[in-house]
Amino acid sequence: MNNVCVYCEYEEGKIQDVSFELLTKGRSLANQLGCKLEALVIGENLEGVDKEVSKYGTDILFIADDKRLYPYSTLPHTAVAVGLFKETRPQIVLMGATSIGRDLGPRISSSLVSGLTADCTELEIGEYEDKKVGKKYENLLYQIRPAFGGNIIAWIVNPDNRPQMATVREGVMKKEMLNENHQAQVVHIEVNKYLNDADFVVKIIERQMEESKINLKNAPVIISGGYGVGSKENFDLLFELAHAIGAEVGASRAAIDAGFVEKGRQIGQTGVTVRPKLYIACGISGQIQHIAGMQESAMVISINNDPNAPINKIADYVINGDIAQIVPKMVKYYKKNVK
Amino acid sequence: MYKIIVLAKQVPDTRAVGKDAMKADGTVNRAALPAIFNPEDLNALEMALSVKDRYPASTITLLTMGPPRAAEILREGLYRGADAGVLLTDKAFAGSDTLATSYALSCAIKKIGDFDMIFGGRQAIDGDTAQVGPQVAEKLAIPQVTYAEALGEIKDKIIVIKRRLEKGVETVSAQMPLVITVNGTAPECRPRNAKRLMKYKKAKTISEMSNASEDYITLSNERPYLQITEWGAINVDPDPTQLGLKGSPTKVKQIKNIVFQAKDSKIITTEQEIEDLMKELIDNHTLG
Repeated sequence: MNNVCVYCEYEEGKIQDVSFELLTKGRSLANQLGCKLEALVIGENLEGVDKEVSKYGTDILFIADDKRLYPYSTLPHTAVAVGLFKETRPQIVLMGATSIGRDLGPRISSSLVSGLTADCTELEIGEYEDKKVGKKYENLLYQIRPAFGGNIIAWIVNPDNRPQMATVREGVMKKEMLNENHQAQVVHIEVNKYLNDADFVVKIIERQMEESKINLKNAPVIISGGYGVGSKENFDLLFELAHAIGAEVGASRAAIDAGFVEKGRQIGQTGVTVRPKLYIACGISGQIQHIAGMQESAMVISINNDPNAPINKIADYVINGDIAQIVPKMVKYYKKNVK
Repeated sequence: MYKIIVLAKQVPDTRAVGKDAMKADGTVNRAALPAIFNPEDLNALEMALSVKDRYPASTITLLTMGPPRAAEILREGLYRGADAGVLLTDKAFAGSDTLATSYALSCAIKKIGDFDMIFGGRQAIDGDTAQVGPQVAEKLAIPQVTYAEALGEIKDKIIVIKRRLEKGVETVSAQMPLVITVNGTAPECRPRNAKRLMKYKKAKTISEMSNASEDYITLSNERPYLQITEWGAINVDPDPTQLGLKGSPTKVKQIKNIVFQAKDSKIITTEQEIEDLMKELIDNHTLG
């Protein structure tokens, strides 16, 4: 049976959130296709990961546990994944669009001569007709992603080659546990049949991972600044408001390119996708690639001195005016009225 | 000394996309857009030049695949310090996805011959896929080091590379030959050199020579460095089934312009309305 397989990232002793999000999506795709959900975890000291991975509905968990397989390195992880996929022949493989997934995915796809679509924002099952050769396909994976700087959205399919591979950024899919007590069948991979010395020519000398202090994905309220904020100093006003009301600060790509704040704060197609209760967009014009990353916010307030800024169309409240004057007033009236 | 290849792409400036940017088959209509040197490929060129600074006998060959006009970025690279340019252009490559592109590039690299390092930008701004570097490495069966930000010691065939990851930094040592993809956080490319600009201003590919004057052809014969190498599919001996649309596992099913659902926005203009809004947000527990 050709199943759906999720490559699960294992870093600093835990499976990454993006992998749970993909398992959640993978579970629903597998249900639609009437096949099983597989997961692959590669690393060392992996006792206990089966519990976590099982909860999201994994039917079969492949574990490659070896001290040479952690931290992540391209060639050994490729060798194990390619070796396994040649035997298990999954129809779909999903990976995070992360530093690891974007390094590993293309290497695997090239090795298996299969199609890979990066940074998908939606995955669906559907049919496809190749009109040139008059051939119809059923149950293909639609790999849906914005293209061209986010100006259009494209449906990509891989009609003939398997697996159909896609990467998805963290936060794009929702993470939902299926059942606390669900238990996957665990298969331990005999790694030596896939690995050889040539897979270890790249050696990791030093590694410094830092836990990001920015937590946009889980922030209930986000104040986000665009190029229209104008300066680093004006961004400080956003931080003051965020501090007062307990919010996180985000930014558009233009604000980051201008050097107003660090890259980790970017919201949009090439940054983080967010779904807060309240999104306050300050001086953001609303390019599609930004809106794609925040359109599911429950409420949007746009502060802009351009009444025709595209983002105003999707805002519940539009405050016309200067950031430098309006944001301090919001701080003032919040403090005055909060109990 | 090292033999270096830099992969570069001429990309449509995605900040200036109009309605005619895509063709009916879902591929890009490049002719309708301003074309630029892909930004991270310039970081890659700089990293290659920094190796040449340390080992001046090294050679840098800039390789691009694209339509004939992509020769523009090869000249740009020559102005900034590359030693030679190669344009890979053929209708047979049209419609290539990343895998078919990587395959064609790997054929051209084999034709260039011996190399120690291949540099390329992490990703191109028209697709943002970051796939071609790793896929070229796989096609050539050599290691890849992605997201490079700086180079450390280079000794014989071992190179130390600092990588910028989403959640930190990592330093690796790797063995040549290899592919290195370069992050936008790496040093910016040096500007054009005035002398090199004078020298290579008239460099042309064979396609560009087709309507050149007699005088130019004489000049070009006297100064062979003015001839930019141009190869079609036939010159790099590929398996034709792996080229272009035919060699691309991914197909575009459809494309759509994005339309967002407009909301009925409440416009706020007075200070009193700002205060009322903040009160409302507190009262309905959105804040506080």
